[in-house]
Amino acid sequence: MSWRQLWQQFRKNRAAEISLYLLVGFVVTAVLAYLFSPYDPFALGDETLLAPRADHWMGTDDLGRDTLSRVIHGARVPLLVGFLATATSLALGILIGSLSGYFGGRTDTVLMRATEYVLVVPRFFLALLVVAMLGTGIMKIVLVIGFLGWPEVARVVRAQFLSFREREFVLAARAIGASHAQVIFREILPNAIPPAVVVASILVARAILLEAGLSFLGLGDPNLISWGSLLSEAQERISASVWLAIFPGMAISLLVLCVNLFGDGINDVLNPKLRKNSNPVFQRHGISQ
Amino acid sequence: MSIAAFVLRRLLHALPLLVCVIVFNFFLIHLAPGDPIQALVGEFPAPESYIAEMRKVFGLDQPLYIQLLLYLKNILTGDLGFSFYYRQPVLSVILDRVPATLQLMVPALIFSAVIGILLGILSARKPYSLADHTISVFALFGYCVPAFWLGQMLMAAFAIELGWLPSQGIKTVGVDLEGFSLLLDRTAHVALPFAALAVRHLAVNARMMRSSMLEVAYEDFVTVARAKGLDEKDVIARHMVPNALMPVVTIIGVDIGFLFTGSVLVETVFGWPGIGRLMYESIVKRDYPVLMGNFLITTALVVIVNLIVDLIYVWLDPRVKYNK
Repeated sequence: MSWRQLWQQFRKNRAAEISLYLLVGFVVTAVLAYLFSPYDPFALGDETLLAPRADHWMGTDDLGRDTLSRVIHGARVPLLVGFLATATSLALGILIGSLSGYFGGRTDTVLMRATEYVLVVPRFFLALLVVAMLGTGIMKIVLVIGFLGWPEVARVVRAQFLSFREREFVLAARAIGASHAQVIFREILPNAIPPAVVVASILVARAILLEAGLSFLGLGDPNLISWGSLLSEAQERISASVWLAIFPGMAISLLVLCVNLFGDGINDVLNPKLRKNSNPVFQRHGISQ
Repeated sequence: MSIAAFVLRRLLHALPLLVCVIVFNFFLIHLAPGDPIQALVGEFPAPESYIAEMRKVFGLDQPLYIQLLLYLKNILTGDLGFSFYYRQPVLSVILDRVPATLQLMVPALIFSAVIGILLGILSARKPYSLADHTISVFALFGYCVPAFWLGQMLMAAFAIELGWLPSQGIKTVGVDLEGFSLLLDRTAHVALPFAALAVRHLAVNARMMRSSMLEVAYEDFVTVARAKGLDEKDVIARHMVPNALMPVVTIIGVDIGFLFTGSVLVETVFGWPGIGRLMYESIVKRDYPVLMGNFLITTALVVIVNLIVDLIYVWLDPRVKYNK
């Protein structure tokens, strides 16, 4: 199918199309945060804990900082972590899934056992432990969350390799003397990309929620604003200034909602055979957030 | 295979996982910035004699692989270390907190499973009806909203604004209650954190049950059941539901890890004295032995709960045998 046809197909899912536009909006806002925010997100003000009003749409915090500006700047960390962590998961998962599915045997047994273990371990506890002991920093958060996502990718990639490795075109490639690497990367892997992309959309949503949780517990990058850390600041003042918690939480929820709906749309396009009544978001290989 | 042999086999299967967790902890101790002894003791002013003793117990002057073996030996014999902050062995600090977490998690798990399955059945009975759409929209939002933020919002609405329910803790402090008023007090305290924890799980279960019901709706045995002239209620209750339940039970098992995740955040929001809150406190206090011990114990708990889910699975589906 051409890109144009894919796009036509994708647009049949209205919710997914709107989510895509909103996601573009989120990314543009995050990149151009300085342009969009009405105030400097770090600038202290005399008017503290203001309720939302015309010159401060989302009110101000206990140090008089403008909440709207902080929410706009807070979009950067979740988006960056969501994207980079998922890229890490994809890279690791594709590598491990390919080796496992292609070579089978002992390699497969060992790698699949490892996959199973990482899936069982309480994810958030592991992330907390690593960041608490090794120190905060956005790259550490990306790596930990990225590491926690590879099993899901590895599983679907492996399944594709298992179903493709005995197909004629693969046997033909081998017969003309293609190396293992060539068979894996040129012949089979392209077929494993669509299901991996669908899993990736779930992992992005999960990474955003995990990052929010880490920041909420004070383990985010201390030099950066994140929605999770805004919610953490809001926690102490929730009885008097509930709006400090309302807006960052709505931002997280909306972003996660858009990522999931967009993922549904991608799934419709890439796996058209899926029955209409099933719910890809909830069904993709029993992945939990 | 008998059920006892099955349980034993599964526990043995999980043992390497726990060893992996211990080895992982060991490497964290050595990767952490500073002297490994800090990670083993926590960042408190511990007495010199204790530090010297710990160096000896963990063989910090020995080569790394001997240290690893010593560490494994210490942990596997049940010695998870000592918490200076609590002045107690780590194991007892953690075990003290387990009941509170279970008090929160078990009701959330059971409620979200039962109600989620019922909502899913209701949804699937008339797909694309108003009831179905309402449940679907609710489920989608329940799936995307972070549990801890939901907790904050519930707290703001029902505890602070309306004043109906307490916002913090597991019980009213300083009052001696018994009988019905004790139960009422506990229930009032658990209500909000329970709701915050259960909503997402409920959403996932409802959606899974819906799609699973619709998958079996076109199976031959359902058509046969209808052709036999069975009542629609019997078709659903006896033929569709038992078959549709399988994938949902699997998801419930997979999602248990998430409940622990949720528990750290929700317990922190509501000051609930469980292992999740302990995790947060240990981070703030840099009580590393408790952090690492908590990770190990929680992993063990997840393994045990998964085993229970597997047993339920075998019980539900006679085709699955214990020897799988």
